[in-house]
Amino acid sequence: MTPINYYLGLGALLFAIGTVGVLIRRNLIVVFMSIELMLNAVNLTFIALGRAMGSADGQVIVFFVMIVAGVEAAVGLGIILAAFRNRLTVNADEFNLLRW
Amino acid sequence: MQALGPLILSWRSVLAPGIVALTAVVTMLVGSGLSEDESESVGWIALTGLVAAAIASLAASGDHIVTFGGSLIIDDYTAFFYLLIPVCSAVVVLFSFDYVAALGLPATEYYALLLFATTGMMLMAGAGDLIVMFLGLETMSISAYVMAAMAQRDPKSSEAGLKYFLLGAFSTGFLLYGIALLYGATGSIKLEAVAQMVRKHSIALSPFVLLGLGLILVGFGFKVAAAPFHVWTPDAYEGAPTSVTALMAVGIKLGAFAGFIRVLLIYLAPLHAQWSGVLWALAALSMTVGNLAALAQENIKRMLAYSAIAHAGYILVGMTAGRSEVGPALLYYLLGYAFANLGAFAVLVAVEQAQQSGTKLDDLSGLARNHPMLAAAMALFMLSLMGMPPLAGFVGKFYIFSVALESRYVWLVIIATLNSVVSAYYYARVIVAMYMREGAERQAQTRQPTLLFALAVAALATVIIGLLPHPYISASSAAYASAEQVLRPATAALQTK
Repeated sequence: MTPINYYLGLGALLFAIGTVGVLIRRNLIVVFMSIELMLNAVNLTFIALGRAMGSADGQVIVFFVMIVAGVEAAVGLGIILAAFRNRLTVNADEFNLLRW
Repeated sequence: MQALGPLILSWRSVLAPGIVALTAVVTMLVGSGLSEDESESVGWIALTGLVAAAIASLAASGDHIVTFGGSLIIDDYTAFFYLLIPVCSAVVVLFSFDYVAALGLPATEYYALLLFATTGMMLMAGAGDLIVMFLGLETMSISAYVMAAMAQRDPKSSEAGLKYFLLGAFSTGFLLYGIALLYGATGSIKLEAVAQMVRKHSIALSPFVLLGLGLILVGFGFKVAAAPFHVWTPDAYEGAPTSVTALMAVGIKLGAFAGFIRVLLIYLAPLHAQWSGVLWALAALSMTVGNLAALAQENIKRMLAYSAIAHAGYILVGMTAGRSEVGPALLYYLLGYAFANLGAFAVLVAVEQAQQSGTKLDDLSGLARNHPMLAAAMALFMLSLMGMPPLAGFVGKFYIFSVALESRYVWLVIIATLNSVVSAYYYARVIVAMYMREGAERQAQTRQPTLLFALAVAALATVIIGLLPHPYISASSAAYASAEQVLRPATAALQTK
């Protein structure tokens, strides 16, 4: 059996990739994908931990997180679309109406 | 393995949030059958539901039950927020009526989302495990993202929603990862079980717990708008419709702090030595950044956003002290903060409508002549936020600072006091603009009874809570004590085994 640390390590790596993606990418869709990647990294961590401890909690949580991620995708893409209609761009740097 | 206790399902515990959620569904159903002009009347349904929930919350007080297998805690702390949160949302509904119509927002969706957000806030206050806390947080935040972006034709609104959404979702990732690591270290997501495990020294200092704690602090730091996680706040507050900004500044803060205080001060109290240093830095930074940046603002919504950051800092000062004496001070402070902010935003909504103007500082010039009542109310709220005796803001601040001082956080209190002095400048600037500057002669327009009623509620609350603080302080103390009590029998039982 693969040791649990491999799964946790992969989860941490994916989470880090997602975080870096949010911070350095400027395309809103890619930023949003990076956020989804972070949530899925957490899902992997939850499943691995739940399995290692023999508790069902970790796996049940993942269902909740998936639902929340789905809702976030619907709302997030809707907002990105609304913003795109107003500005005709998905480049994060060009959203600069609100600044002091 | 811990033994499973009897499964308690206390329906009283979900009565208040249940009513709000149900009203949201009813609002959508009724609203979908109405034409666009008629649909504004669904606001009354929302208002009825919120008032009913506030009354139902009284059914929850006086109990100490952990129910639904540990997912919900029902005690006076929960009851306190079950009462306060719907009342605040009801005030927002009261001053939304004409504003929603004037901006052309879809009324059905507006009120339904407002109710769903309220449900989420209430769940955060009553959550007994980290996943219910997370679900409450998301229910509240996702509704708020949509509401911020609701004025679709206004590029500022969609930009505000966009920034709020991206950074909010980003912070959710951190919070969730923190929950996962805590779960890994303690084997449970139930707050009670987590609290028992972190009492053991060997677990408390494992890297999993410390990293998990850090990530949870980052996640909550975003939600309560503490510096350096505040960058979304000014943009989201300025761009969103003003009534939505009010909900963000009051309801969301209340929900987030209700969860934050319960998790950190009550259940993770054994780790105080680990988190107090981080909170110290967050508090000092939030106060300084918030107050200094607020000085330079010309837009009042943006100024109030920085003021909200600074106020989060003052609350964090209390949380840093981390003793059980500080709990009541925090709840009392939230009470005063909530009504003063609600009132300030209600005045802004009224000004925007009566003068067809924006929310720049210049737009308030001469308000005292055109609308003396509005100006007087605004001055009252500014003075309370500034911390002028005998208003609620002063008593709360004094209470928090004195407990922090007793806990020997002298430097933090000095920073906080200096910051309060700085903050007087920008709050006073609003008053000066209203009373001492000439503005254009403007016609007073439609009187709105609901808005005036909302203003009266906020103004009365700000004055009464400050002048007669004792009933509110004792209510806060009872609430906080009962939240601590829920934990105690469980730990006592563990020790006797």
